[in-house]
Amino acid sequence: MAAHKPRPLSPHLQVYKPQLTSAMSIFHRITGIGLALGLPVFVLWLLLLAGDQPTYDKFIKIAHTLPAQLALLGWTWAFFYHLCTGIRHLLWDAGHFLKIKDVYKTGYIALAVSTALTVYVAYQYLWVAS
Amino acid sequence: MKSVMRSLRSPLGRVRGLGSAHAGTEHWIGQRLTSLALIPLSLYPVVTFFLAANHGGYGALRDWLHSPISATAVILFLLVGFHHAANGLQVVIEDYVHCECAKSATLFVIKFGSLALALAGTLATLKIMLGA
Ligand code: HEM
Repeated sequence: MAAHKPRPLSPHLQVYKPQLTSAMSIFHRITGIGLALGLPVFVLWLLLLAGDQPTYDKFIKIAHTLPAQLALLGWTWAFFYHLCTGIRHLLWDAGHFLKIKDVYKTGYIALAVSTALTVYVAYQYLWVAS
Repeated sequence: MKSVMRSLRSPLGRVRGLGSAHAGTEHWIGQRLTSLALIPLSLYPVVTFFLAANHGGYGALRDWLHSPISATAVILFLLVGFHHAANGLQVVIEDYVHCECAKSATLFVIKFGSLALALAGTLATLKIMLGA
């Protein structure tokens, strides 16, 4: 029956050339999910801070191990990236920077600003503090 | 006959809530508004929190949270942040999970879990602010 003929598919992910636009879009989603996973940790931190100091110090000791510091670095970058690309999303929704040239320009700006902020903040807690 | 179909949706589809629910606009606007609010609400408390944690630890953080202004900023971040995260994750789930049962179960866990965690974080913050 003609109705059961498979419908033509739009260009699929596998045959799609990687581009700054598509990569930044998926990373906005990945960083959003990553940040959502960070919120429970932030709540745990507050709960321990409301408790006694010895228990809190145990948590901080774990936070100073290498895997935890790497996770923190990842969250720092995810935060600034999602913040910058989020602002870019809001500007698009308001109708600005929608020409392809501007999409690339704001994309490079978001990448540069989020990387610079990550380096600055990571320097504060990775090297200055510990 | 009175029951002339006035809609292209089948009665079964309507009963199951399939098709357009005419409720997406609020969700979309809500996601934009929480995003806008989160620019200051995430930058100020989170960055200050991290810096206080490193330059003084337990005591410095608790001192900072004794101020109602800091506590308000942290609580607002929790409320708006969890709202934005739950709504954001809902969009992701709806994009990739198509089995109705797994979808509603996951959404329930996300919504209820966000509410519970936002409440727990708020109470912890209040406890520190009130010095209890
Ligand atoms: C606690 C911090 C945050 C968390 C946990 C978080 C989480 C998320 C998640 C899970 C999504 C869904 C991703 C998707 O649909 O692809 C999302 C979307 C979004 N976020 Fe955030 N976010 C946070 C902070 C921010 C901030 C500060 C902004 C500031 C501008 C922002 C702007 C946006 C925007 C505009 C979207 C919608 C993107 C779209 O329509 O595709 N978010 N966020």
